Amino acid sequence: MQPITHFQSRTVVLPTKDIDTDQIIPARFLTTTTREGLGQALFHDLRFAADGSMIDDFVLNTPEADGCEILVAGKNLGCGSSREHAPWALLDYGFRAVISTEIADIFRNNSLKNGLIPIVVDAATHEFLLRNPGIKLDIDVRTATLTLPDGGIVQFPIDGFARYCLVEGIDQLGYLRQQMDEILKFEETRSWTP
Amino acid sequence: MPSGTTLFEKVWSDHVVVPETAETPAVLYIDLHLIHEVTTPQAFNLLRAQGLKARRPDLTLATMDHSTPTTPVSSFRDLAVVGAGAADQIRRMEENCKEFGIDLLGFDSEFRGIVHVIGPELGATQPGKTIVCGDSHTSTHGAFGALAFGIGTTEVGHVLATQCLLQRKPKTLAIDVSGNLPPGVVSKDLILAIIGEIGVDGGTGHVIEYRGSGIAALDMEARMTVCNMSIEAGARAGMIAPDDKTIAYLDGRPRSPKGADWDAAVSRWQHLKSDPEAQFDRTMAIDADELQPMITFGTNPGMVVGINDPVPDNSADPSFRKALDYMQISTGKPLTDTKVDIVFVGSCTNSRLSDLQQAADVLRGRKIANGVRMLVVPGSQQIKKDAEKLGLDRIFAAAGAEWRESGCSMCLGMNGDTVGNGQLSVSTSNRNFEGRQGIGARTVLASPMTAAASALSGRVADPRPYLR
Repeated sequence: MQPITHFQSRTVVLPTKDIDTDQIIPARFLTTTTREGLGQALFHDLRFAADGSMIDDFVLNTPEADGCEILVAGKNLGCGSSREHAPWALLDYGFRAVISTEIADIFRNNSLKNGLIPIVVDAATHEFLLRNPGIKLDIDVRTATLTLPDGGIVQFPIDGFARYCLVEGIDQLGYLRQQMDEILKFEETRSWTP
Repeated sequence: MPSGTTLFEKVWSDHVVVPETAETPAVLYIDLHLIHEVTTPQAFNLLRAQGLKARRPDLTLATMDHSTPTTPVSSFRDLAVVGAGAADQIRRMEENCKEFGIDLLGFDSEFRGIVHVIGPELGATQPGKTIVCGDSHTSTHGAFGALAFGIGTTEVGHVLATQCLLQRKPKTLAIDVSGNLPPGVVSKDLILAIIGEIGVDGGTGHVIEYRGSGIAALDMEARMTVCNMSIEAGARAGMIAPDDKTIAYLDGRPRSPKGADWDAAVSRWQHLKSDPEAQFDRTMAIDADELQPMITFGTNPGMVVGINDPVPDNSADPSFRKALDYMQISTGKPLTDTKVDIVFVGSCTNSRLSDLQQAADVLRGRKIANGVRMLVVPGSQQIKKDAEKLGLDRIFAAAGAEWRESGCSMCLGMNGDTVGNGQLSVSTSNRNFEGRQGIGARTVLASPMTAAASALSGRVADPRPYLR
């Protein structure tokens, strides 16, 4: 994985609460056996009408959304299905970070493993971001900080190990495989076997 | 085991290979890895690219359920009905399992079914195990006192390659259920009421333990329905301490321990419960005596209302307004007048034999309303066989419902079983998200009895007047 340390981008705002992973990528796009090209399916049924025509006033279809790499969403983003296709689709579409007051557990885990930075902010910061779409944010993964246009700095929580892996570009499977001696010992010494 | 620990903590600490520190998560051992065709192809690709093997195929149980057809095709090889993508995914699953040496309960197997139905049915799901699957409804298996949770595809690769996961220890939430469910009210209504109470994010970061007399009174299938929807409250997992019902359920199943191993397992399982003085991070209580049939009215499983209660008004919230606009439902009156197009009985939440029996009891000797399409999809081929032995298939057919092969089917519509644009579906599944059952589908989640009563009435209906 490529190291991710620091980036700047404008935001696009989707204020709806409880955006589930079925909305991020509907199930009918999950029949793929690869992870490439899923950006086309991102928010498909919000971007396109049933007849395939573009829904012009959906925020991702507006010219202001062009080039925005940070998605600000309502609380409890990514609830529902464990499909990793959700962060894959967001990344493939061009997003590098998602921001909310609350991010669902499995979606957050999946995002961190793919280099999509899940950022949980306090209610006041969130409210400011919702009210000011398109502002430029500076995200520093090394310091776990978000810098607002006025220079204000917001710290965000991120698991130390996940951050280390992101910043150093370390594959978590590689780390896990380094524990193989311990895993073998566990299997040999446990009091019962499954 | 020190006193004062919860059921969750007992199972967790029994599986810690390397303890967590401030810098690193725990390495947690996984006893059972369930896999299916949708969330594994990319994981197998990763293993192949890195030259890795599946480390413990013996602890891996594979089936196909999401993309599979439920039409009674003459040959299971005839996959044209599900479309090219789904058919390719099914073939890829067969190839991957063959290449990595994993036994697949595929189309040739009489034990094929929804992954969360067949795990318990085969006795592979057992108390005290850690169980994962690339599927959020893995929480189902917690009904046996297992620690079971959904993971992403990257983590599926981790488990295939190492049989372990990197995990931070979640918090605990105890939900005490007192009383007993009244007639016509089942465990689906209980879990919908709980989600309505704590919200779709009320369990985020937590493992829920369900306990109390209202849980003890439930049979194993009803307990699975409760634990299944823990994820709908945002929880990592749901658990219920094993008891005599758990042990009786597992006795004699194909993958249950045998002989001396069985005796040793049972004595180990009997210690799997929270100590009386165990502390939970949070607690809540709910009285089962007070419950009525519950349904959802919005586009998440926390938007819940009693069957005869008016839809609440929270229109100051734009997300609430958006949900009700999508559902074409107005506030201030019950949903019971709402016209129904489709009724779906099935999914990992409610497709077990007792669910089908409850629906059949309501339908027996009656006809579903004109213009309603009803689909009944058993959770496994074994359940299908058992239901047919009891004549349930004939009751469904006589009522005008379609009786299908097993699979996830219309819960998420990956296999072509979908609800039409704008149609209203009363569904025993677990998610009423926008578009979940098909583009523009409007989903009302309900119990099997409420679903069957709604099929008969042609309107969303209280099942209690239909009880015999």
